[in-house]
Amino acid sequence: MADNDSEATSNQILNAMEGRVQAYPDPHFLGLRIEPADLPGLLLYLRDQAGMNYLANLTATDLKEEFELTYHLYAIPDNGLKMAVKTRVPRDGAQVPSVITLYPTADWQEREVFDLMGIRFIGHPNLVRVLLPDEYEGHPLRKDFKKEG
Amino acid sequence: MFKTDRYIINIGPQHPSTHGGLHVEAVMDGEEVVDVMVHLGYVHRSVEKIAESRTYPQFIPYAARLDYMATNLPAWGYVGAVEKLTGVAVPERAQYIRVIMGELSRIASHMMFVGSLAIDLAATTGLLYCLRDRERIMDMFEMTSGQRLLSAYMRIGGVSHDLPEEFFPAIRSFLADVPRMLDEYNGLITGNEILQARCSGIGVLDPETAIAYGVTGPNLRASGIGYDLRRADLYGFYDRFDFEVAVAQKGDCLARLLVRLEEIQQSAKIIGQALEQMPEGEILGKVPKVLKPEKGREVYHRIESAKGELGYYLVSDGTEKPARLHVRAPSFINLMVLPVISRGGKLQDIIANIATLDPVLGESDR
Repeated sequence: MADNDSEATSNQILNAMEGRVQAYPDPHFLGLRIEPADLPGLLLYLRDQAGMNYLANLTATDLKEEFELTYHLYAIPDNGLKMAVKTRVPRDGAQVPSVITLYPTADWQEREVFDLMGIRFIGHPNLVRVLLPDEYEGHPLRKDFKKEG
Repeated sequence: MFKTDRYIINIGPQHPSTHGGLHVEAVMDGEEVVDVMVHLGYVHRSVEKIAESRTYPQFIPYAARLDYMATNLPAWGYVGAVEKLTGVAVPERAQYIRVIMGELSRIASHMMFVGSLAIDLAATTGLLYCLRDRERIMDMFEMTSGQRLLSAYMRIGGVSHDLPEEFFPAIRSFLADVPRMLDEYNGLITGNEILQARCSGIGVLDPETAIAYGVTGPNLRASGIGYDLRRADLYGFYDRFDFEVAVAQKGDCLARLLVRLEEIQQSAKIIGQALEQMPEGEILGKVPKVLKPEKGREVYHRIESAKGELGYYLVSDGTEKPARLHVRAPSFINLMVLPVISRGGKLQDIIANIATLDPVLGESDR
């Protein structure tokens, strides 16, 4: 992707979101940071105005004090843009709005983050564990998870 | 009109057609499928957690065991992600060897697809022909890496061994036989009237639904969208090869079969060109003894695996072990449409739908 194209797109997004989005540097992606509450609004804009119709990857990282969620977006057919949207939530009672109505593919991916990292997705119609047994306690991908055996 | 009660039929996790521990609950109204619930996790090994206590090179064998039907592809995706993260360069010869081994893995995976579709639809003989031909690929893996199924042949910065002398006649005769193999599959499996009846118009996935659910790989291309990461997000010299992205239009089980058959042919074409173009030289680049990527660096690297977009998300905390590894597994995401394409069909169609979505549970459950 040509750098000036990417910069123009980035500026358009920043203007459209009226200061609620910050760009961050990334060697491969157009990186955007946003507060959790504004996340669905940004993704709606990216899907409908920037053509990013494909949510490839949705995952979370434990930063110890807080969690960081990352959404990797592309377009099908490819339009030369790759975007990474990041949002951070505090560790206690971690929750973030679900984007399942925008991207149905978020369904199991959000369930997986809930299952393994313990972040709640508000508005998800069926937020239950997807990989671990229902009666399992704890969220193994958290850094403070005690490993046994 | 008869009043019917709804009832649930459990398929799996020990059912032979579920390709490993997949559990599906079908809600039935008479013979019609009302809904399908998919239960995963029977093969969950917590590989993402394990990765956090392994150094970067130590994770390669785990990666090779994600999609054990196409072992070189998930391993290649992983080492590619680490190379992007650390800036390790890969010698040209090693890149070609990766293409050759990766495409052989794709052919092996697609052969298993064709064979297991046949046996799932009760045509046992079909599987045997595919296994016979896949065996030749396993022999070639054994020649190069000493291992047949789970070779862990990729290394950060290259591959573990150079191709031995006996590999070249073996692969040339294999490539020469690919058209004959495909003729045989077409005569025995694709052209079979029962298979046609079980697959044609069954499990139709329209392109909009496919994109919305993040379906990728041959399953997306069978719905008429020619999206292939070997073209759309270039890696590993795929711009140097002349090949077609296989596409079918109907989005049904038959289309998913036809795309794979075409891809076997295209992969063979790529391997032929790679053998022609491959230069002499090193097979492993200069790699530091201890890999410590800069703190806070992260990468999302994706490749076109046999099942679709296989992505690795790696976050470094400046130590020799990753702070976070996430695998974006195409089998996991593709399975999400199983209920969508199965509703309104018959119970037997679920079997054909699972077989043609081609999930591998080692990858979906991780």
